[in-house]
Amino acid sequence: MSPTEATPVAAPDIRAGRLDAVQYRSQFCDAHPPLTLAQARIEADRCYYCFDAPCQTACPTGIDIPSFIQRIADNNIRGSAHAILSANPLGGMCARVCPTEVLCEEACVRNTNEDKPVEIGQLQRHATDAYFDDPGAPLFTRAPSTGRTVAVVGAGPAGLACAHGLARLGHDVVVFDANAKPGGLNEYGLATYKTVDDFAQREVEWLLSIGGIDIRNKTALGRDVTLEQLTQDYDAVFLGVGLAGVNAIGIPEPDAVGVRNAVDFIAELRQAKDYAQVPVGRRVVVIGGGMTAVDAAVQSRKLGADEVTIVYRRGDDAMSASRHERDWARTNGVLVRHWAAPKEIIMRDGRVTGMRFARTQQLGNNLVETGEEFTLEADMVLKAIGQSMLAPPLRAMVELQGGRIVTDARGATSHAKIWAGGDCRVGGRDLTVEAVEHGKVAALAMHAALSA
Amino acid sequence: MADLCTEFLGIKSPNPFWLASAPPTDKEYNVVRAFEAGWGGVVWKTVGEDPHVVNVYGPRYGALLGSDRRVIGFNNIELISDRPLKTNLDEIRRVKRAWPDRAMIVSIMVPCEEESWKRILPMVEDTGCDGIELNFGCPHGMSERGMGSSVGQVPEYIEMVARWCKTYSKLPVIVKLTPNITDIRYPARAAKAGGADAVSLINTINSVMGVNLQTMTMSPSVGKQGSHGGYCGTAVRPIALNMVAEIARDPQTAGLPISGIGGVHTWHDAAEFIALGAGTVQVCTAAMVYGFRIVQDMCDGLSNFMDQQGYTRVSQMVGKAVPSITGWNNLNMNHVEKAVINQDSCIQCGRCHVVCEDTSHQAITATKHGKRHFEIKEEECVGCNLCVSVCPVPETITMRTLAAGEIDKRSGKKVDGNYANWTTHPNNPVRVAA
Repeated sequence: MSPTEATPVAAPDIRAGRLDAVQYRSQFCDAHPPLTLAQARIEADRCYYCFDAPCQTACPTGIDIPSFIQRIADNNIRGSAHAILSANPLGGMCARVCPTEVLCEEACVRNTNEDKPVEIGQLQRHATDAYFDDPGAPLFTRAPSTGRTVAVVGAGPAGLACAHGLARLGHDVVVFDANAKPGGLNEYGLATYKTVDDFAQREVEWLLSIGGIDIRNKTALGRDVTLEQLTQDYDAVFLGVGLAGVNAIGIPEPDAVGVRNAVDFIAELRQAKDYAQVPVGRRVVVIGGGMTAVDAAVQSRKLGADEVTIVYRRGDDAMSASRHERDWARTNGVLVRHWAAPKEIIMRDGRVTGMRFARTQQLGNNLVETGEEFTLEADMVLKAIGQSMLAPPLRAMVELQGGRIVTDARGATSHAKIWAGGDCRVGGRDLTVEAVEHGKVAALAMHAALSA
Repeated sequence: MADLCTEFLGIKSPNPFWLASAPPTDKEYNVVRAFEAGWGGVVWKTVGEDPHVVNVYGPRYGALLGSDRRVIGFNNIELISDRPLKTNLDEIRRVKRAWPDRAMIVSIMVPCEEESWKRILPMVEDTGCDGIELNFGCPHGMSERGMGSSVGQVPEYIEMVARWCKTYSKLPVIVKLTPNITDIRYPARAAKAGGADAVSLINTINSVMGVNLQTMTMSPSVGKQGSHGGYCGTAVRPIALNMVAEIARDPQTAGLPISGIGGVHTWHDAAEFIALGAGTVQVCTAAMVYGFRIVQDMCDGLSNFMDQQGYTRVSQMVGKAVPSITGWNNLNMNHVEKAVINQDSCIQCGRCHVVCEDTSHQAITATKHGKRHFEIKEEECVGCNLCVSVCPVPETITMRTLAAGEIDKRSGKKVDGNYANWTTHPNNPVRVAA
């Protein structure tokens, strides 16, 4: 991802300002408005306070969900926030972006009879929002200083959770991040309507308020600092570098105006002061099947694109975007086409005019082309077929596998002073909440190692 | 269609649902609206001697609310009618004339002096009302003045006043009892001894609804201080049902007509009071929460229930469940039940397990073959019904009665099919020979 990449020069049918101010406001407001106090109380009362609650087991960070909901019901918001944030210091953002329908809410026992789980995500948001609105005395304080300093690379969910955990345990932390602002994907990689009102930065501010965490923005690993140097200068290093590279779509990608990485489009929109200044095509094709594809496609529609098509090479069930996300795309007027692989970017006068696709099918274990082809007209093509780790700065120091960092369950890498977590770690599910857990657990493991 | 017509002490009403003496029956306007909505009768809000009392002009009510703000319990500190006696009597006369088919009972509270009763009774009778109810129940305000529950707490006073009423009036006399007493049978016996035709119960229970923790002031409060009020609503129903049943099954008062009061919100609640001996029910809180039209749902539900059960008249249900209530000493010690969890409808919340594990008999599993699974361990189960009570899914945990001869896995003994109670139990130091 390179959010600082310049916006391409607008071609005739890629335009900013397709809507009026009122429309932009309504398009980019909160996708799922928060519960009112009355709604939250009623919803909280639906929780059965299960024994050994399945929702808690399903939460990668193991939040004591029955307790935080009970505390909403009995008007103890601070206690509720404590239950959430002690297990997940980024519980506010996770409440917004977690695919709860496949995590806690899928496990809710209410599904059995009613097909309607307790709205755990919304309740979590209610508690954390109410707490952040009026935080009062610090929820967490730091243990006496250990005199140790840890370097954290990457100020995304994993890095921030790790930094917070280490700071609580009395270590000093220096966080290095390539971007201008901390937050990682929370700041640059999420659709705007998932986290309105600059929540990512407000959450980071709260997280840093514990003290002992020094963030150095615009400091990239491999460019401004080296991993070798960090291991020499600090007592331990945590790598939460995420997946900063964008996968190629596997066909020639001519330098055509209108062809962009979806992550750059999403980042530009997140950082835009005024949505009316973000250009979008009239006809947009998004290639990919994940959350990034959905975020890019839906936001293209919201910016005023007439036709937005997600093209995915396999069937609906294989898409990594959750069912909820896929429904959200369709609700917003995005056409999702399956079983088609990109063949050619069609361009004229240096700008994209369309894409040619080959129809695909599954034959045994193989995805094969059927020989049929079709073409979609497009002013803008957004590539969203996945991200990969930028390995060069790490390769000599830690063992990699499939382009990601090998760790044990607690985040220890092959290097005695280096831990890692988040999307850059082998075997993850690329979930914010899982990255938080990685950072949290690694902080404990690092503390144990540093205390040994 | 079942016939909901009721005859109580010879007083006819088109259904057994009467509005209790309370704020909803304070004046003509309200009562006419109630009759228009379909209430079978009213007990007019308690009238007293002039000069009339004065109420506070601040919070008179407080509520115990569920999380969805459904009213579970309710309390009030309103006094008896705060209007001139003549105003009330004139209105009562007009309303009774306009609605001759509805029961019109007048609640009365005057000092415990024969002259006071002698004076007011003819005036009330002159309205054409169908009966009187003696308010010996209000626990706030009037009790401090020697009336209301301070009378109801002294059986001798009850008997005395009831006798005055029977002496100076031809009207049927209903004595309204206070629950703020240790044994409800004594005031009921006193009412009967004084010649009362019926009792009605329960009046409200002494209560403080809560404390505002910000101001450290009880609630509701009038300015900086509050006063205990009378508690009513759904939450008091079990207490009321017990007291009604106590009177219904007391040999000394058995057969004494009862008008049941206390937390009737639905037809189902009413049917329970009737099954425990009430000939009519009186309602207040439900009307104060939903308005008068709630009576239509009560009538409809009761009628449908009666049709399903084959009852054609309300009177056929009165007291039907009274024989099912007895003293603990009479319970069959040989009866054994075990809980059964229906695995098909169990949603796996595990509450049955944790409450049994933490607070009872460790008789429910949490896992089976390493998987989450809740199942009764019959060798530990004492049949206490706790799991049934906390299970959120209806009919998922049920109780199974062990057949005679079946082995009780907990005791290892065969279930004895013969009835045997505590009075003859070997562990009872004062047992009698079986």
